[in-house]
Amino acid sequence: MSSELLFAVVGALIFTLGVAGTVLVANLLRRILAFNLMGSGAFLVLVGLAQRGGESDPVPHAMVLTGIVVAVAATALALALLRKQHEMKDSEEELTEIDDG
Amino acid sequence: MKRAIVIAAALVFGGLLINAIVDLPSSPVDLRIAVADNMANSGVSHPVTAVLLNFRGYDTLLEIAVLLLALIGLMAAGPMLPPPPNQPADALLQKLARIATPPVIVVGGYLLWAGAFRPGGAFQAGAVLAAAMVLLHLSGLLSAWNAQLLPLARRVILVGGFVLFLCISVALLAAGSLLQYPPHQAGLLILLIESGLTLSLAAILAGLFLFLSRDNGGAP
Amino acid sequence: MVEPVTFVVWLIVLPLAWAVAAFVTGERIGAWLGVVGSAIQTFLVVWMVATWDVAVPVIHRVGGWGAPLGIDLAVDGLALAMLLLTQVVSLPLTIYARSYFSEDASKSRHFWPLAGFLIAGLNALFVSADVFNIYVTLEIVGLSAVSLVAIGGGRAQISAALRYLFATLIGSGAYLLGVALIYGAFGSVSLATLIPLVGSNPPQAFALAGLLMLFGLMLKTALFPFHYWLPPAHGGAAAPVSALLSALVVKASFYLTLRLWTELFASIADDIAWIPALLGAGAILWGSWRAIQAIRIKMLIAYSTVAQLGYLFLVFPLLPGQDAIRATVMQACAHGAAKAAMFAAAGVLIKATGQDTMAGLAGMTGRLPLTLFAFGLAGMTLMGLPPSSGFLAKWQLIEAGMARDLWIIPVVALAGGLLTAVYIFRILSFAFLLSPSSVKIATVPRVQEWTAFALAAGSVLLGLRGVELMALLPGQVP
Repeated sequence: MSSELLFAVVGALIFTLGVAGTVLVANLLRRILAFNLMGSGAFLVLVGLAQRGGESDPVPHAMVLTGIVVAVAATALALALLRKQHEMKDSEEELTEIDDG
Repeated sequence: MKRAIVIAAALVFGGLLINAIVDLPSSPVDLRIAVADNMANSGVSHPVTAVLLNFRGYDTLLEIAVLLLALIGLMAAGPMLPPPPNQPADALLQKLARIATPPVIVVGGYLLWAGAFRPGGAFQAGAVLAAAMVLLHLSGLLSAWNAQLLPLARRVILVGGFVLFLCISVALLAAGSLLQYPPHQAGLLILLIESGLTLSLAAILAGLFLFLSRDNGGAP
Repeated sequence: MVEPVTFVVWLIVLPLAWAVAAFVTGERIGAWLGVVGSAIQTFLVVWMVATWDVAVPVIHRVGGWGAPLGIDLAVDGLALAMLLLTQVVSLPLTIYARSYFSEDASKSRHFWPLAGFLIAGLNALFVSADVFNIYVTLEIVGLSAVSLVAIGGGRAQISAALRYLFATLIGSGAYLLGVALIYGAFGSVSLATLIPLVGSNPPQAFALAGLLMLFGLMLKTALFPFHYWLPPAHGGAAAPVSALLSALVVKASFYLTLRLWTELFASIADDIAWIPALLGAGAILWGSWRAIQAIRIKMLIAYSTVAQLGYLFLVFPLLPGQDAIRATVMQACAHGAAKAAMFAAAGVLIKATGQDTMAGLAGMTGRLPLTLFAFGLAGMTLMGLPPSSGFLAKWQLIEAGMARDLWIIPVVALAGGLLTAVYIFRILSFAFLLSPSSVKIATVPRVQEWTAFALAAGSVLLGLRGVELMALLPGQVP
């Protein structure tokens, strides 16, 4: 297995780990980290697969940079919402979600 | 039980995924050739910057919109609890932060300029400047931002880079397409866009931190 | 310079421009910018429709490079229909929202920038011909929709927004891995480059990419049983936000599912077409059942969205037949207009009565006749009564199903229509049959009632002009 392919395989493992984490982890802060793992795994697959020829391909590099910024934005929003929810939980004892009518 | 099912499903999925990756034949399209062929007309000499700001500059334009809207979303979630009582800032920490800030700004400027020919560019520069602002905040020299009372100047800085990018993109529509740089002016326009983006990205990234901070760092 | 081809660029640039301008200038000017911007966008898209020629596809090569190096924007009939729906629904909603939020500066301050980004993201998504660029547009749409739900920061809103954000992030994560695999397999992310390369025997990674991307998009569309995030988000948000989300946002990921299904993944899609159809049938039955049981008005409408989205997926075994595409586009437009009207009307009713319960509607026919009329008209479209566009959509669906002897489709469609009638008449019966309560009702600006009515009337009248809409799509118009 070439080293580039190894990156892609590791990326696949990280992605899988992230997916399992989003389902299994109950703590919402850790779940946000699991989403970031999913993203990082996908980025590694993208870059790893694209440079199988040996020479690096700038197009997936740029796409990953774009993806990282998008992931930062999503993470920041998630953290802000989580923080807000946490503060409201502090002020009232139990958070009840409106599930249905 | 649920745990076992999820882990089993993840193993199957991971196995399929790795199998598919290892089996993959080489791709029929090779964009490295297209990128290399068009580098001369891109206005920059670093291929990743060429893709990011020119060939796929439209992605980057939309990506700044994502960052900006996440910041607005964060503000829309409403005011956080008021900060806890002031804590006296550490004098040594403040001194170090004051010493560190000027070189950090120089590094940011260098990264911006270097992006044209080597790894670097507006994002890296903006991130470094934002880190300096966070450092100043944590050492008590820069107060947290209040999302509900945002002065006009700060709003202008937050959106300025994006607006400049958008205006240049639209102005180039006159040449036929959105973001269609004339080859001999591409370098200058990209530097202009990246300079604007550096300032705005620094403000946005710092804002993601400063709007959420409950620590007013001892500042009045 | 200003030719219809470049209109597509303006449909993306304009809402971006008014979004940032609204952020800088604040809520008062921002609201006007939003309304005027939406009006110009509507004008542009109507012009595009008027000068539309099916034979001449519109392609805009951003940066002048052309795919696969650059990013292409492409408009076909399907994309144009969605652009039309988006502008025509969002214009009345911006007028509605300007009045709705006028007393609450802290909410509208963030509504206008986020709504601008949302509409720009939707328009960009509909015309993007590049699977990675589509990922970025999906994130614009997803994150702005989540932020809009969170506006105001009430406990229910924040909790619903978080749940929605988690769902949308899983969806985009799956989609992104699909993009990575596709780039690895073919070396391009441009749809126009990829489609001829796929061939009859694509690598296994391509099939996996297809499953990942389609799963991610179905999660974002809230297809049963992935609908868990939708009712709290759509039912808990402010009325103009609920309307935008139910009418347009879920349609965006549906549109992508349809497009990728029929174009890029056609070779792997045929064998699994029964899955979305089955889930769609489940959505119709389950969503309608929960709507019938609902106590709160907006929860009823949100579960109705879950059910109505089911119809969109019912046609999948009939794809890529043009009759099936026409049926599902008609359903998307009918539901878009009707659901926007319904949430707008519900917003008026809730403001007037001060409570979001059906019981609060007692005797409202005498107090708010126009709003209840609008609600009834929108309900008529959802039930599929003639001459509404909902009738046309269900008619085409049933016809397409019978043409291929798939009797289960008409059966489910008709059963869904009956269940819809149950929950619509249930809510109307509260307003018509219960004696008026002596509770004093608040006055709601007439413009909110009229915009809700305009949307509802539009959803019915579209049924009479359905042929014109269908003429945008390729194939024989019946």
